[in-house]
Amino acid sequence: MSILHIVNKSPYEKNSLDVAAGYAQDGDSVLLIEDAVYAAAKSGKASAKLNGLDVSVLGSDLAARGISEDKLVDGVAVVDYAGFVDLVEAKDTVQSWL
Amino acid sequence: MKLTIQVNEGPYQHQASDSAYYFTKAALEKGHEIFRVFFYHDGVNNGTRLTTPPQDDRNIVNRWSELAKAHDLDMVICVAAAQRRGIVDDGEAERNGKDATNIADGFRISGLGQLIEGAVQSDRLVVFGD
Amino acid sequence: MAEESKKLMYVNRRAPYGTIYAWESLEVVLIGAAFDQDVSLAFMDDGVYQLTKGQSTEGSGMKNFSPTYSALGDYEVTKIYVEKESMQERGLTLEDLQHLVWEDEDDDWAERDSIRLVSRDELAKVMAEQDVLFNF
Repeated sequence: MSILHIVNKSPYEKNSLDVAAGYAQDGDSVLLIEDAVYAAAKSGKASAKLNGLDVSVLGSDLAARGISEDKLVDGVAVVDYAGFVDLVEAKDTVQSWL
Repeated sequence: MKLTIQVNEGPYQHQASDSAYYFTKAALEKGHEIFRVFFYHDGVNNGTRLTTPPQDDRNIVNRWSELAKAHDLDMVICVAAAQRRGIVDDGEAERNGKDATNIADGFRISGLGQLIEGAVQSDRLVVFGD
Repeated sequence: MAEESKKLMYVNRRAPYGTIYAWESLEVVLIGAAFDQDVSLAFMDDGVYQLTKGQSTEGSGMKNFSPTYSALGDYEVTKIYVEKESMQERGLTLEDLQHLVWEDEDDDWAERDSIRLVSRDELAKVMAEQDVLFNF
């Protein structure tokens, strides 16, 4: 079964993104929300952790933190809450890496 | 899709309650069913009616109450977690000898079984926390 | 109630005592036992510390809830996955953890180990089989 891995903490604060990346299997997706959106900024070292993962990031959390979409690492999809809901439906289970 | 939402943190301290609220709202707008919103750990603090947030900021408690009213949501506060943190309804006040209640509209206090039931009966459990 | 039982996994990633998540997560497991589902627990990251022996809380004034883990067998929790990599990072071995068992009624109540030491990859596969993943 496929898993949607939700990460909400900054990769510079907690290891949750590392753990999520370690647990993600083929067919899984990762969604970055809240402070985890910092991981998607291409200028940061943490963006490398997203390699090989199917990543989406919540647009409103990016905007709140002043991260414009042109600053994002390639290959990351920006979604809104409706998109978040769709991701939950598209995968079989949800794992919140708090 | 039938959803149960779990909220692990209180209002304002963490973004969890906000994220859970907007997710729940979006799910409803898309026509999905919210089986239950379950508040655990400090999440029970979303159910106090005594908050007075600044006028220019969102009112997290009222927002949940209004969403519950508009969509007939079942918002449950875990009794054990509520007792620890002082969220009290009439029943709890009487049982535990408290001289006041503070539960907000739209919330009800009940057991952890409600979370398990939600998880078992729903298609997805989505957890928001720290 | 659902007709078939679901696979419920409780994921534990935090140390005990510094925050309440470890204890309140256990409370869900205990209540959840009444629902007759296919339950397993996963301990990874600092969650592995929850299972260590020798926790003595008198000086800290906190309730020592570690004995509750040994009661899990009585609540029909027979699958406790502990991640090897998290143990190794923290210099822990199985010897440092409580010896958790359950009694197999299909085998004359023989005592069986509940703890399954697994690699991250193995645990990821187990997680992918679950219907519900609880996080605290």
